[in-house]
Amino acid sequence: MEAGTPQVVKLEDLRVPGQLSGRKHILSILVENKPGVLARVAGLFSRRGFNIDTLAVGPTDDPSISRITLTLDGAVHPIDQVTKQLHKLVNVLKIRDMEPEETVAREMAMFKVSAAVESRSEIIQFAEIFRAKIVDVSRRALTIEVTGSADKIEAFERMIRPHGLIEMVRTGEIAIARGSD
Amino acid sequence: MRAADALMESLKAEGTEHVFGIPGGANLPTYDALVDAEFRHIQVRHEQGGGHAAEGYAKASGKVGVAFATSGPGATNLVTAIADSMLDSVPTVFITGQVRTELIGTDGFQEADILGSTLPFVKHSFQVTDPRQIPEYVHEAFHVASTGRPGPVLLDIPQDLSRAEIDYAPRTEPVELAGYKPPSAPNVKQVRIAAKAIANARKPILYTGGGVVNANASEELRELAAADRFPVTSTLMGLGSYPASGENWLGMLGMHGTRAANYAMDEADLIVAIGARFDDRITGKLSEFAPRAKFIHIDVDPAEISKNVPAHIPIVGDAKLVLPALTREYRALQTDGSRLDGWWKQIKAWQDEFPLRYDEGKDGEIKPQFMIEAMHRATQGDAIVTSDVGQHQMWAAQYYGFDKPRRWINSGGLGTMGFGLPAAVGAKVACPDESVVCLAGDGSLIMNCQELATCVAEEIPVKVFLMNNGYMGMVRQWQELFWDRRYSAVEMGPSPDWVKLAEAFGATGLRCEDSADLEETMVKALETDGPVLLDVRVSPEENCFPMIPAGAAARDMVG
Ligand SMILES: Cc1ncc(C[n+]2csc(CCOP(=O)(O)OP(=O)(O)O)c2C)c(N)n1
Ligand SMILES: [Mg+2]
Repeated sequence: MEAGTPQVVKLEDLRVPGQLSGRKHILSILVENKPGVLARVAGLFSRRGFNIDTLAVGPTDDPSISRITLTLDGAVHPIDQVTKQLHKLVNVLKIRDMEPEETVAREMAMFKVSAAVESRSEIIQFAEIFRAKIVDVSRRALTIEVTGSADKIEAFERMIRPHGLIEMVRTGEIAIARGSD
Repeated sequence: MRAADALMESLKAEGTEHVFGIPGGANLPTYDALVDAEFRHIQVRHEQGGGHAAEGYAKASGKVGVAFATSGPGATNLVTAIADSMLDSVPTVFITGQVRTELIGTDGFQEADILGSTLPFVKHSFQVTDPRQIPEYVHEAFHVASTGRPGPVLLDIPQDLSRAEIDYAPRTEPVELAGYKPPSAPNVKQVRIAAKAIANARKPILYTGGGVVNANASEELRELAAADRFPVTSTLMGLGSYPASGENWLGMLGMHGTRAANYAMDEADLIVAIGARFDDRITGKLSEFAPRAKFIHIDVDPAEISKNVPAHIPIVGDAKLVLPALTREYRALQTDGSRLDGWWKQIKAWQDEFPLRYDEGKDGEIKPQFMIEAMHRATQGDAIVTSDVGQHQMWAAQYYGFDKPRRWINSGGLGTMGFGLPAAVGAKVACPDESVVCLAGDGSLIMNCQELATCVAEEIPVKVFLMNNGYMGMVRQWQELFWDRRYSAVEMGPSPDWVKLAEAFGATGLRCEDSADLEETMVKALETDGPVLLDVRVSPEENCFPMIPAGAAARDMVG
């Protein structure tokens, strides 16, 4: 007769769900492609004290809609509160908190590394192991493009740093769900 | 049709009858169109006043309040009112002129990025980039401002675009916004669980807020409270939604709430929050707030639920729909009401031991609390009271005893001094047949006293009852209690002579310095035609008690 609700609800049995997930989250947010939308999203994060780790913005297959992909730390921020606040923005259409197991996430980075003749072959070897591409060569430096998960890019950075990292540029992660939907 | 005329048409189509504002270069087309518009424009004396008037209008009537301003300084003068609307969830639409499209981004004369500067505290905003958007955006603005959790919407229109010619056809379909779906009906299962939890509570309390007023759900609240004599308390913003003369009423809670209300929150085993948001003025020290309680949180804004205090049973929905459903489910359980007897015994003991009290004034001295009681008598407890911010506001909340919603209009979230007079202007315009009294503070009133000129010129007969203590009293109280009485910049000095000031504006000025004459003088003020300012000289250094010192727990109330 009372589908789904217990017969009695004892106060002492009531619990609140944990607020912090303790892991990294990738939010994929579809927004209307209107002026100021990014400022609204970014402003919301700064004023509520939510720290964005990475942020990537780009078009979608529908020209009136853009996608914002951002990553943030669920050990510090209650993700539920973040998504609820985002939903209050009228230009935000859809938010997906990507499930790690069911998501392919990729980031691209470019590293400019000082590469004296002695260390050059070692750096090229690292690049091969990471399936990175050398996209520019000069007398003193190599520029290497790496694509992969944020972990992979960070691992590459650790390998390359001792050789003298001149500059690093990262795009921030983008993500897509595995499977057909 | 000229876009500015289409603006007027669409405002009219939204039911606009009154607009508050000031013209300037960038909104000249709007003001030109206004000449032929069928609604009344109230020419305020400062855009902040126009903004607060729109708020007072909205709060008194439940309708959307509308204010106009020009670009640059006109628009930035609105900012406080926009922020105020946001924090108190007031349905308002602000329409600003902007410099011509070709000048945007060039630091043109009177250019200010009003859209950018108000992003943090608008519910939504629109930058018009094509004149054909104007009617469409007006309808969307009203829809967003007035549905779900209400709030301010800004519409910024470059001057050249409002002069453009467009094809205008009245809108027939309802507004649909892909990214905006305000919740309405609650999840039935959650309501059922909530009813069962309440049935098992031995020390429940209904903690209500401004959301109940916004949802027009007072009747529904009273029915829930009556389902089993549930004790009711309210935030500053919710006063009047449960009648202060009602038998379940514990008084306001929070920083200057009653001990009975705060102690009951502290001891409760189940708190039912309805349209309230666990603001720090309510919780005090969060880690020691209501340590024994489980929480049912009912709110139309899902983001409020579990924001400050995690909810055990969240219910997203419009209180107008949630409360009757909850009452029905609860009644169906046929619970034995006598389980609350012990709880009421405890509450009664607190009420008897700690009533609101003050020492009576001697030799005609007017105690501020007495002034509020006199005001209640003079108005038969049935005025729309607007307020400024400070001690007088808290005393009014404690002592006026509001029995109906939309009778208490004040700035709670932002705490904006100078809110009271312009809000009274708006309230009186919205409700011309009601008696509208602005309870002002001397520090606050001077911040927007220019609106007395509006009252006179536009024939808006508000009555200003000034609680003149010669201090920015609330700050003085904190300096006295928590900063070793080192008074710093809180004295108001000898000027102005308020009676003369009122007269200079063309209003009636009255003064009262003796408690024996107070009620009579108030009645006289109420009976005098036109706007009246009554300067009431009250005890200068009275403190507002009881209080929870900032950051302390409810059970540590002082005074
Ligand atoms: C615009 C603004 N500035 C400063 C404050 C800080 N403040 C809060 S209450 C208060 C004193 C208000 O004085 P008055 O209007 O005389 O009221 P009283 O406390 O004396 O009743 C001040 C300065 C404020 N709330 N708003
Ligand atoms: Mg004062």
